[in-house]
Amino acid sequence: MSESGVIHDIGYQRYSGPRLGRGYAVRSLYAHSLRTAFGLGRSGKSKIFPWFAAGIALLVAVIVTAVRAQMGKPVLSYTSYADAISILVVLFCAVIGPELVSRDLRSGVLPLYFSRPLTRADYALAKLAATVSAAWLLLAMPLTIMFLGGAFGAGGAKEIWTEVGRYAAGLGYAALFALLFGAISTLVGSLASRRAVAAAIIAGFFLMATAVSGVVSGIAFATDSTALQHTFGLLSPATLLQGVHAWAFAEQPGDLETIPVGGLGPVYGLVFAGVVALCTLLLLARYRKVAR
Amino acid sequence: MTLIATESLTKRYANGVLALSEFTVQVQPGVVGLVGANGAGKSTLIKILLGLVEPTAGSVRVLGLDPRTEAEKIRARVGYMPEHDSLPPDLAAAEFVTHMARMSGLPKVAARERASEALRHVGLYEERFRQIGGYSTGMKQRVKLAQALVHDPDLLLLDEPTNGLDPAGRDAMLGLIHRIGSEFGISLVVCSHLLGEVERICDSLVAIDGGRLLRADSVATMTTVSDVLAVEVSEGQPELAAALRAQGLPVREESHLILVPLTGDGTYDQIIGEVARLDLPLHRLDLRRHRIAELFATAAPTGQEAADV
Repeated sequence: MSESGVIHDIGYQRYSGPRLGRGYAVRSLYAHSLRTAFGLGRSGKSKIFPWFAAGIALLVAVIVTAVRAQMGKPVLSYTSYADAISILVVLFCAVIGPELVSRDLRSGVLPLYFSRPLTRADYALAKLAATVSAAWLLLAMPLTIMFLGGAFGAGGAKEIWTEVGRYAAGLGYAALFALLFGAISTLVGSLASRRAVAAAIIAGFFLMATAVSGVVSGIAFATDSTALQHTFGLLSPATLLQGVHAWAFAEQPGDLETIPVGGLGPVYGLVFAGVVALCTLLLLARYRKVAR
Repeated sequence: MTLIATESLTKRYANGVLALSEFTVQVQPGVVGLVGANGAGKSTLIKILLGLVEPTAGSVRVLGLDPRTEAEKIRARVGYMPEHDSLPPDLAAAEFVTHMARMSGLPKVAARERASEALRHVGLYEERFRQIGGYSTGMKQRVKLAQALVHDPDLLLLDEPTNGLDPAGRDAMLGLIHRIGSEFGISLVVCSHLLGEVERICDSLVAIDGGRLLRADSVATMTTVSDVLAVEVSEGQPELAAALRAQGLPVREESHLILVPLTGDGTYDQIIGEVARLDLPLHRLDLRRHRIAELFATAAPTGQEAADV
């Protein structure tokens, strides 16, 4: 029908069914955003990147599982898997975080949300949770393939239990990954209304931070300074996570070498929690102001 | 039940701007026009009604609820159509309106059904699976209205609903708003800076200027008082004015125009009669649509008093 077409009127029906309120609205927003992250219910174009990233992550898992079956021992542990593909997680978050928040900022749709039962904080937290969940799923799907492969090759019930424990630790470490990168990318996305700009800032930040911590680690090992060797990891998100890995997670067969943390493990844990909390608070503050 | 009641409502923003000042009004259900120039405080009032902005002082009730403590309940029963672009270009209208229905608390199936219904009522039924990005301005305005209507609110707040529309689109939108008020049984507050537009569809008008209540009245009382006929003759203007005065009409002259207050259909006959009797070449005789500026210029300063609509 065209612009000047007739407006049909075949009677208006009042709605007398249930109204499920704020909690339901927040859950729906979370589910909708999580689907959006993987391009579900959207055009084919928006499915390309998330599934390309997921494809690479799954491919790595399949190869690792196949090699393990051939060699009879794990070549990459569940926890080190996330460290190994950290750059992929960074890229995924750099695209998905802004995708979920910048788009709404740009199209001006926020007043439509805020004039409904859910609050500004509800909106921000639902979006954050969706980004974090999407990043976690990106890691959890390949980890599950690795687990299935490992469980089939296991000799008995006891070995399977050990495998379950290591798998669970891997999922837990993946959650920390998702939290850190998800929180940073959602925050940056909420500050820039152009997705490409936000993605570039996030990716640039991770590259810069990695370079800085790399240079400092070079200095630390060249000068044999133990203090510097134990602290340079705090300078970049990826090494910060490695520090938490080295401190809080039990060794698994197939672990990659993590950075040395000495007795500073708890500091890595605290800095990690601090960064996530700070990003969340800044995100909430941002949404208290936006689209007044 | 009173639809909206405010009492000495005042809002001063952090930057010192006084958006609303001692604003007191009582609005009964129906189609209400909220008129005022840009920056008069209309949008601030709407945001206070939705509980999005905290008033600095005074009290306010919407549908009998206080936005400061019961904003969630109010927002579940109110639909809001903002002034500016507020639609994601990459979603189909049906999908977007369904999502917004769920944000208002409607279960999944009901949300989809009501989204189709709402889009049908605004006249976008056939196009509902097309991406919003490809819509014309008029169609986008209708999607905005559909998302405000989808959860069957008791009150619709429409901020400049005819913004950016061509005359035909404007008429269609106004007709639709009128139908929502008269046939759907939903009360509406329609914000506009064009008085001529809202007076056609509204039961009552609230005029606001500089954050103050200028006037709040039913449309009937407001328009009969201020309707004016403009008469233009090529010659003999003083004679005609004198003749009309002799008829007892309170005539005003404004350069080459004679302005006669319209009191009924008889006024036309009186003027035509005098023009014919004096045998003057009549150039123009038309109903002068009062513009918002005139209403503001002539309205009594009732800002401090309570006004009932």
